[in-house]
Amino acid sequence: MADEAHATEWKRSITLPSERGSSRLVTDELLEQLGLSGWPADDIFAIHLAAEEALVNAVVHGNKLDPTKTVQVECVVSPELVRLEITDQGEGFDPKRVPDCTLAERLECPGGRGVMLMRSFMTKIQYNAKGNSVLLEKRRNASAPDA
Amino acid sequence: MATYQRIDVSKAGDVSIVTFKNSKILDEATIQELGTDLFGLVEIENRKAILLDFTGVEFLSSAALGKLITFDRKLKTSKGRAKLCSLVPGILEVFQVTKLNKVFDIRADRAEALAAF
Repeated sequence: MADEAHATEWKRSITLPSERGSSRLVTDELLEQLGLSGWPADDIFAIHLAAEEALVNAVVHGNKLDPTKTVQVECVVSPELVRLEITDQGEGFDPKRVPDCTLAERLECPGGRGVMLMRSFMTKIQYNAKGNSVLLEKRRNASAPDA
Repeated sequence: MATYQRIDVSKAGDVSIVTFKNSKILDEATIQELGTDLFGLVEIENRKAILLDFTGVEFLSSAALGKLITFDRKLKTSKGRAKLCSLVPGILEVFQVTKLNKVFDIRADRAEALAAF
């Protein structure tokens, strides 16, 4: 694991095992750094939620809990910007093909809300072409998500 | 007397009031055990009016939402009904963004929720 501390920016690279609960290896320290950087509580909630959804997706859906696979996470936290890049070793997927979980006929489906929550709570979400890597950004005081 | 792993249960008249032992409901084990507790209220104890009081809950993931949806479906199938109350703003926003506020009856606090049963 690599860790760079800066007066105004914190960076961390971490490799996660593909096992349930491994997201905490990222989120515990991420939350601490968000607090130290002065992020407000509602933004911290949003970032935590999006990070948790993305990490679980990578471990469970991307790597399918395969113990031979890992998830690479790059974190940057500054007082104005949070950036998370999460890459799994799976086959990827097309995020455009995820059904709309807010449609009436899907409202009572137990799953399928993770990507939608990431889009709603972060300023920017961008998948690579293969669909096995997602970039999440949250800008302080941003009013609306970027596409 | 039933014992629960992730909830506490009290009564107010005919209404069973559920509170949560965890402030953060996100890991797989916690969510599974929570589901067992909630489903047991419906399928074993045959409770019909259930209030889920989220006081003290700071965070929940979409996997937890899924468990709540399954619980609600089981309860409605048995002709019961549930209400939710005391959601912190972030969790309330999760329900609104996902439009699950159309599935669940969400109230500001326990008093309002109990009065609505």
